[in-house]
Amino acid sequence: MAEYKWPDAEKRSLIGKRISRIDGPVKVSGRAKYSYDLKRPGVLYGKMLRCPYAHAKIVSIDISAAEKMPGVKAVRIIQDVGKEIKWAGDDVVGVAAIDESTAEDAVRAIKVQYEVLPHLVLDNDPKSAGENAKPVAATTLGDPAAAFAAADVVSSEGLYGNRVITHCCLESHGMTAEWTDANSLLVHPSTQNVSGTAAQMATPLEIPATNIKVHQDHIGGGFGSKFGPDSWGIESARLSKQAGGKPVKLFLERAAELMVAGARPSSYARVKVGAKKDGTLVAWESESWGTGGPGGGGSPPLPYIFNIPNQHKQHTAIANNIGPARAWRAPNHPQACLITMSALEDMAAQLNMSPLDFFLKNIDLTGPRAHIYRDELQIASDLIGWDKNWHPRGDKTAGPIKRGLGLSIHTWGGGGHPSDCDITIQPDGSVELKMGTQDLGVGTRTALAIVVADTLGLPLEAVKISIGDNSYPASGPSGGSTTIGGISASARRGAVDARDLIFAKAAPSLNAKPEELEAWGGVIHVKTDPNRSLTWAQACAKLGGMPITVRGKNPGPEKLNDQGVGGVQMADVSVDVETGVVKINKIVAVQDCGLIIDLKTAESQVYGALIMGVTYALYEEKVMDQQTGTMLNPNMEFYKLAGLGDIGELVVHMMTGKGYDERGPIGLGEPPTVSPGAVISNAVANAIGVRVGTLPLTPDQVLAALEKKGGSNASI
Amino acid sequence: MRAFEYAVPANMDQAIRLLGNSWEDAAPLAGGTDLLSLMKDDVVAPRRLVNIKEIGALRGLSIDAKQGLRIGALVTVQELADNPKVAHAYPVITKTANEIAGPQIRNMATIGGNLCQRPRCWYYRSGHGLLARDLKGQSLVPGGDNRYHAILGNDGPAFFVSPSTLAPLFIALGATVRLVGPNGKREVLLEKFYLIPKSETEREHDLKPNEIVTEVIIPLLNGAKAATYEVRHKEAMEWPLALASVVLKMKGQTVSSARVLLGHVAPVPWRSAEAESALVGNPISEAVAEAAGKAAVANAKSLGRNGYKIQIARVAVKRAIMAAS
Ligand SMILES: Cc1cc2nc3c(=O)[nH]c(=O)nc-3n(C[C@H](O)[C@H](O)[C@H](O)COP(=O)(O)OP(=O)(O)OC[C@H]3O[C@@H](n4cnc5c(N)ncnc54)[C@H](O)[C@@H]3O)c2cc1C
Repeated sequence: MAEYKWPDAEKRSLIGKRISRIDGPVKVSGRAKYSYDLKRPGVLYGKMLRCPYAHAKIVSIDISAAEKMPGVKAVRIIQDVGKEIKWAGDDVVGVAAIDESTAEDAVRAIKVQYEVLPHLVLDNDPKSAGENAKPVAATTLGDPAAAFAAADVVSSEGLYGNRVITHCCLESHGMTAEWTDANSLLVHPSTQNVSGTAAQMATPLEIPATNIKVHQDHIGGGFGSKFGPDSWGIESARLSKQAGGKPVKLFLERAAELMVAGARPSSYARVKVGAKKDGTLVAWESESWGTGGPGGGGSPPLPYIFNIPNQHKQHTAIANNIGPARAWRAPNHPQACLITMSALEDMAAQLNMSPLDFFLKNIDLTGPRAHIYRDELQIASDLIGWDKNWHPRGDKTAGPIKRGLGLSIHTWGGGGHPSDCDITIQPDGSVELKMGTQDLGVGTRTALAIVVADTLGLPLEAVKISIGDNSYPASGPSGGSTTIGGISASARRGAVDARDLIFAKAAPSLNAKPEELEAWGGVIHVKTDPNRSLTWAQACAKLGGMPITVRGKNPGPEKLNDQGVGGVQMADVSVDVETGVVKINKIVAVQDCGLIIDLKTAESQVYGALIMGVTYALYEEKVMDQQTGTMLNPNMEFYKLAGLGDIGELVVHMMTGKGYDERGPIGLGEPPTVSPGAVISNAVANAIGVRVGTLPLTPDQVLAALEKKGGSNASI
Repeated sequence: MRAFEYAVPANMDQAIRLLGNSWEDAAPLAGGTDLLSLMKDDVVAPRRLVNIKEIGALRGLSIDAKQGLRIGALVTVQELADNPKVAHAYPVITKTANEIAGPQIRNMATIGGNLCQRPRCWYYRSGHGLLARDLKGQSLVPGGDNRYHAILGNDGPAFFVSPSTLAPLFIALGATVRLVGPNGKREVLLEKFYLIPKSETEREHDLKPNEIVTEVIIPLLNGAKAATYEVRHKEAMEWPLALASVVLKMKGQTVSSARVLLGHVAPVPWRSAEAESALVGNPISEAVAEAAGKAAVANAKSLGRNGYKIQIARVAVKRAIMAAS
C-alpha cells in the first residue's frame, strides 16, 4: 500500500524552500502569451453595442446599415426589442469585423431606441431606496437588550462601510472563439476555470461539451470574476459561427471591464458594541445594508470571527442598476472584517484599552484558532514594534503629520478542490504532469513541479508541467483559495504511485523490495544501503519501450490537505491632518496556510494581497452618477490603483513548522486580502483620534471625519 | 477611435496649412498622451492629425542672460526636468516637472501639449461636452459628483479645473507663450492664454484651430524665491487635488511683490490677488503664510462634494510660501 503523506521536513528536497516561479522568465521578458495577446490566423474582432442607460426597455433595433458595411462579417442582436436592460453597459448587439475600427464604426452605425426607465445607482441610504430595499430577516442570539443594559457594560457606536469596487483585471475579460468544423469549437479564454468552461458553453451553443476545446496558457488577473464564459464569450462563438467559423476575438475594452465585468458588493453598517469595563465583549447590534447590483446581494458575516454571546442583526439588500456583483477575493470577508474590526477598535478606545490587549482579552471568542491568533498577534506586534510605537487614540505630537498603529485578524477556508492529473514517465526518464488547471499568476505551475520533482527525487527542471487545457484531466476552478490544496494533493498521489511503479521495476536489479527503496538526488537507492543504487535514467530504462502513465486524484486516500486559516495584520500609517492624505509606513502580515509548497510564491501571495488591500483601503471606488446612471471613472486614471510609492514597507511572516506543516497545504489567495482595509482604517483612527468610517480613506473622507469628530456624527 | 487622416509636415508652413479652420478639421499631435485618449474615448474626432514632431523649430531649450528661458514646444516634460541648466537657474521648474504623472507620461508629454491639454472633468470625458451638459442643457456638475471640480471661478457654466501643473508655475514666473498661425506669429502672456469658456463652442485656451504653440519664454528669477506645493492622493500617475505656485520678490526680509497661482481649483490657472496682497509688505512667516492661504480661498465655494478642496488649496498656498522662504 502506497504511503502518500507529505515527507518529513528533513526528507523534503524542494517542498517549502524559497523557489522562483518556473514561468517567471517568460513573463518578465514579455514572451508569455496571455489569451488577450493571441492573434489567431484570420482573426476577426468583436465589439459590443452597449446600452448607455442604467435601466431601459429596447423599443427598436436597426442593424441594416452595420450589416452592409464593408469588412463587417457578422452582426447579432443579443437582447431584442422588448427586453428590459438593468445596467448601463449591458450587451445589446454584437459585431465582428476585419479590424477593431471597422467593428467600432459598425457599432456606431446601429440604431437602437430605448424607453428610458427610472434607475437607482446609489447605495448609501436604504431608506431612500424605496422598494429596491429588501430587508433580510433579523437574527437574534442571546439577550442583547439585557446585555447592553447591564450596569457594568459600556457601549460604543459607529457607522462603517465599504463602497462598491471592481475587479479591474489587467487582462480584461474575453476570449477568441473559432469553429474548427460545423460542430466543434476552439476557445482561448481568459479564465479561472479551464476545465469547467466547456460545460458552461455547451448548453447555450447546443453542441456537446466534448466538442469544445479550451486552452489558456496565462491569465492576467481574475480575482473571482472569471469563472464563466460570460454572455460576451458565448456571443464571440455565435459571431464566429455567423462569420463562417473564423476566429472572433472579443475582449472587453478598459471601460467595459470596469463597468460590467464584476463588482464587489458594498456593505455599510451602524454598529453598537457592548463590553464590560474589564474589556469582556458581551453584545453586538448591527443594522447593515449594501448592494450587489440588480440582485441585491448577500449579507456580510457579522460580527466577523468574534462569537459575541448576545447579538441582534438586521441586513437590508439594495437592488440597484450598477451591474451584477461577482465574487471578489474572499467574498464578504473584507467588508465584514472592516466593519467588525473598526467597531471593536472603537470599543477598545472607548474603554481606554490598547486594541491588542482588548483582542487578547476576547481571543477565546474566536473559536478553534484562538491559539494561532494569540501566537500571531505576538509575532506581529514584535515586527511592528507595537509596544514602542502604539499610543492611545490621537497622536499628540506637534505638526500636521500624525502617526498611528492598527490591527486586525481574519480567517478563511481554503480546502483543496477536486483535481485530477496524469503523470507520465518515459523510458528515457523524462517526466510530464498534465492537469486541466490554470495558473492565476500565483505559482500553480511551480507548485506542481515542486511536488512531483520532490516526490521523484529529481531536480525541478526534470519535470514538465502542462496545464491550461481541457483535454487534460479535469481540475477545479481557481476560486475560494482551493487550488493549492487540490492540485498539490493530486500531484502528490500521482507522483507517489508513479515513483512506486519505477521502484517496482528497479527493485529486482538492486536486490531489494520496492518498499526498501528511496528516490533522492536523482538516484534510486536502497534506504539502508545507499551504495546499492540506480540513476533515475537507469531505473526508467527498465520500463522497456513503453512509458507509464498514472492518475493522481484529489480527494483520495489519506488526508493531504486541510482548511481553515487565521491571520493577523498590523499597519503603521501617517496622516496629514491638513490635507487628509494617508500614507502607509509599514504593514505586517502574519499568516498560516498549513504546509507551504513554495515559500517564495506563498510570500508573494501575501505581498500581492497587501498591495491590493492598500488599494481598496485608500483608492478604489466605482463612482456612479445618479443623474446619468453611469460610471464616472471607468478608466485607470480615476479608478485609482496603488503604485509602488504608495504601499509602504510590507513585512510578511509565514507560520510554518510543527502545528502547521502536518495539516498539508491550505489555500492562501484570499485570507491576506481580508484585513488590510481594517488595519489601515484602525491605524488612521489611532493616528488622528477619530474614525473615518467608510473606505476608501480619501482626503475628503478624512477631512470630513476630522471636522465632524466621527462617532455618531459620521455619515457616508 | 474613428478613422482619421495622418500628416507629418516637415516645417511650420506645411503644418499651418494642414491645420483647418475648425477643431473638427484637424488637431496638432505632439506626445499624444492626451489627444489619443480623447480620440479613443470619442470625445474629440479630428478628421486629420498633424504630427508636429518632425518640425525642428519647435525643439530646443536655451537660457539667455537677458531673455531668460526659452522652451520649445516639443521639449518633453522629462527633458525639462533633467536639464542641468534649468535645475541651476530655476530649481522650482525641475521639481515641479518631476512630479507630473510618471516616467512613461513625462517621456512622451511635451511642453506645448502640457499647456494645451484638455480638462479631465469626468463628465466631459464621458461625452457630455466641455460644459458637461445634459440633453436639457443643464450642467451635470452641480447636482452630480463634483469631488474634483472647481472651487474658484465656479459660477458656471464651466466647472472643470485647468489640468496643467506647469501652467500655474509658468504664469507665476511671468511666462509668455508664442504662437504661429496663418497670419504669422503672435505672443501672449501665458496668464491671458487661459480663458473660461462661456459656451460649448468656446475653448479654455486662446488658441485658434489653425495655430501652433511654438515656444514658451520665462524671465529669469533674478533672486526671487519660488516654490510649488502640490497635494496629491497617490504618489504617482495622479492628478493634484490642488496646488500652489508662488514667486516672491524680496526687499530685505519683506516681500516686495508676489505672484500666487493656484492649480486644479478653477477652470483656469487661478491667480490670487488676495493672497498676493496678504504677502506684500510682510516678512515671510507661518502666520503670514497662513493668512495668505486663507485669503486665497476667501471667495472659494463648494459645489457640494468638493468643499474639502478649499481646505487643501489653503494648505497648498501656505506650504508653497513656506517652501519658497
Ligand atoms: C495619470 C495621468 C496623470 C497626469 N498628471 C498630470 C499632472 O499632474 N500634471 C500635468 O500637468 N499633467 C498631467 N498629466 C497630463 C500630461 O502631462 C499631458 O497629457 C501631457 O502633458 C500632454 O502633452 P502631449 O505632448 O502628450 O500632448 P498631446 O496629447 O499630443 O496634445 C494635447 C492637446 O494639445 C494640443 N497640442 C499639442 N501640442 C500643441 C502645440 N504645440 N500647439 C497647439 N496645440 C498643441 C493637441 O492638439 C491636443 O489637443 C497626467 C496624465 C495622466 C495620464
